[in-house]
Amino acid sequence: MQIYNAPLRDMRFVMHELHGSAAHLDRIGKSGVTSELIDSILEEAGKFASEVLLPINASGDEEGCHYENGVVRTPRGFKQAYDQFRESGWSALAAPAEFGGQDLPDIVGKMVEEMQCSANLSFSLYPGLTQGATLALLGHGSDELKARFLPKMIEGVWSGTMNLTEAHCGTDLGLLRTKAVPQEDGSYRITGAKIFISSGEHDLTENIIHLVLARLPDAPKGVKGISMFLVPKFLPTGDNKPGPRNGVTCAGIEHKMGLKASATCQLVFEDAVGWLVGEPNRGLAAMFTMMNAERLSVGIQGLGVAETAYQSAVHYARERLQGRALSGPRRPDLAADPIIVHPDVRRTLMTIRAYVEGCRALSGWVAQALDLEKLGPDPETRRAAEDFVALMTPVVKALFTDLAFETSSMALQVYGGHGYIRDHGMEQLVRDARICMIYEGANGIQALDLVGRKLPAHMGRMLRGFFHPVQAFIEANAADPRIMPLARAFGALQQATAHIAQAGLKDPEEAGAAATDYLRLLGLVALGYMWARTTQVAEAKLPTANGDASFYQSKLTTAQFFNERLLPQAGALWTAIKAGKESMMALDSAAF
Amino acid sequence: MKLLVPVKRVVDYNVKVRVKSDQTGVELTGVKMSMNPFDEIAVEEAVRLKEKGIAAEIVAISIGPAACGETIRTALAMGADRGILVETEASPEPLAVAKMLRAIAEREQPGLVIMGKQAIDDDMNATGQMLAALLGWPQGTFASKVEIAGDTATVTREVDGGLETVALTLPAVVTADLRLNEPRYASLPNIMKARKKPIETIKPADLGVDPAPRLTVLKVTEPPKRQAGRKVGSVAELVDKLRNEAKVI
Repeated sequence: MQIYNAPLRDMRFVMHELHGSAAHLDRIGKSGVTSELIDSILEEAGKFASEVLLPINASGDEEGCHYENGVVRTPRGFKQAYDQFRESGWSALAAPAEFGGQDLPDIVGKMVEEMQCSANLSFSLYPGLTQGATLALLGHGSDELKARFLPKMIEGVWSGTMNLTEAHCGTDLGLLRTKAVPQEDGSYRITGAKIFISSGEHDLTENIIHLVLARLPDAPKGVKGISMFLVPKFLPTGDNKPGPRNGVTCAGIEHKMGLKASATCQLVFEDAVGWLVGEPNRGLAAMFTMMNAERLSVGIQGLGVAETAYQSAVHYARERLQGRALSGPRRPDLAADPIIVHPDVRRTLMTIRAYVEGCRALSGWVAQALDLEKLGPDPETRRAAEDFVALMTPVVKALFTDLAFETSSMALQVYGGHGYIRDHGMEQLVRDARICMIYEGANGIQALDLVGRKLPAHMGRMLRGFFHPVQAFIEANAADPRIMPLARAFGALQQATAHIAQAGLKDPEEAGAAATDYLRLLGLVALGYMWARTTQVAEAKLPTANGDASFYQSKLTTAQFFNERLLPQAGALWTAIKAGKESMMALDSAAF
Repeated sequence: MKLLVPVKRVVDYNVKVRVKSDQTGVELTGVKMSMNPFDEIAVEEAVRLKEKGIAAEIVAISIGPAACGETIRTALAMGADRGILVETEASPEPLAVAKMLRAIAEREQPGLVIMGKQAIDDDMNATGQMLAALLGWPQGTFASKVEIAGDTATVTREVDGGLETVALTLPAVVTADLRLNEPRYASLPNIMKARKKPIETIKPADLGVDPAPRLTVLKVTEPPKRQAGRKVGSVAELVDKLRNEAKVI
């Protein structure tokens, strides 16, 4: 049974206590957003997620989306839930007030996002892509396009998509063929075929605004010849109502392993009317505004699913009676002990818990940087925040989603055979989580982005925003023996960084061979740092915690588990990285 | 017309309530608290009456510790206009609550007081009735439908064995049952607006009421655990056990 109650206490801890929301909000000029306001928003968002989105998660998976003659119907209950979502104003949460948004900071937005992903990953994609498209338009659209499309998108009446992939080009966008022909009135006609377009066609909104990558007739070859166009499903009339149907049709939807209630569409553009967004041939840069935002969001998706997997596994481990505790019966009044008494079940639950709470703490840190990037008090702060977000984007994306698949699979294991059959919804979580490792840049690509782009950028400048605070923290707490696991892991990370910089300079394949292990190593250190800081905060609060004492005590225990049982993987990763590419690259292709 | 909606802060209905180890009450520390679900239904009904143009103002009232202000905020986010918090650390019993509400009703002069039929913590089901008696107003309890025309409220009540419809002359007290409506989710803009709506804080003494409990709690215990069921082999065995063991037939 899928169980989800928004982890409000932990969210408040991360936001207010660990990352000091009050000082942060002051710093970004949003002191009007009080912690009481944030808490009531989180509470209501949590209620909405558990009561409206969760009940249609398993049924949406069972039913899937329907396709007939170019029309896509979402599963039963989705339209009603979406209407409620829109009417409740959730789509406008983090959008700018100028276009009808609530202008709330990202530290709030990301937590609300997490809840929606926990309760119903498929559902979360519909508003999620709209939000990404909104960001791309905000960053690159003309004033006219913004005024015409943003208010409806932010209100959630119209939704958004991103159209990059074509049948022959996914990762390598330089190959894309969709064409755009300029017209006398300043618009363009778009022709081509796109695949894997999430929310490309559905029945939730009255119009769908596609952001499409295409080539102008005189465009240079490769990625430098790609432009971005806005192509609505219905061309808006003068008073901004959906008017005539544009030349974009849905030729089918994909039948997928999971995420079945999210419509993944093949779209065909035939002389579709579109408008240029941003500069000609600069489309990839414009799309990357959206891509980067989406990558962070996909990381949050992973975190969200892992949380639900955790709660569901804990629920089952407490209820399922099987066998007796190794140390003697704990519940002699029952036919058997609940399986939560067993060390291996504990290992499983603690592992999931330590990763989930660690990732939530890290996402809170990155969300703060997202706020500072836009609203930091001075250019230096904004630039440092931008560096930090750029560095952490591939880490959050790949680490959180790798862990989501690992931990949801572990949670399924707690259910045994009952996890493998469909009745309890655990296998859905595993199937749903699996896509997060693939889309918005497969995790292998994220690792290459980290090692190939982010590490060398500006002579390693991006690393500073992460390495410096970790180093300073370790030095300041050198007397505390509990800092040792983090200090060792950080040492391994520093050595691995130097190694990759040297070896990669001589041979790019060396960097490529190290990339995935390096990303996990950096991710583990980041989580280790979050747990070390959590330990400090929890210890300071514990003496005066009263009713909350068990919360802080659990934090300390989970931190200890992470330090002793998970963080030591850092050493093995460094050993693997050191070994280099040789055994990986030696076999001839024919020998496989 | 003005509506008064008393709202109680109770242990959230999702929380599994545990008895304190010293048996003096139930564990409240670190437990999620929410608005009593029946009161939520009352707030929803009030907001609908306002949306229909029948009510002009909705005042949400809560009695208890300062944290009850959050319960009032929830009502404000759903659409109430302002709040009154009667702050007290005591846990007042229905009669004291009814007396405080009477004092507020006399001051505010509402056309209707609408509240939950009972709170899910102590399940007293008494405050609404006591309030109506103290005020000398008509009462429509366990309402599953409320219609207001002129100075009459027509209330459909869920009673044992069916529905009863009563007509009340306003002002009156109505208590909400489960099927009266389905409360809305507070919208994000309304949650933000609710922060700016006024909440007046007063003390029981301002209302001339002593909130101290009159009942003494001797002991709180968990209900006895249910025995596991047994399978019987035949109808004859079942009848035998019902007759001789359970002694019910």
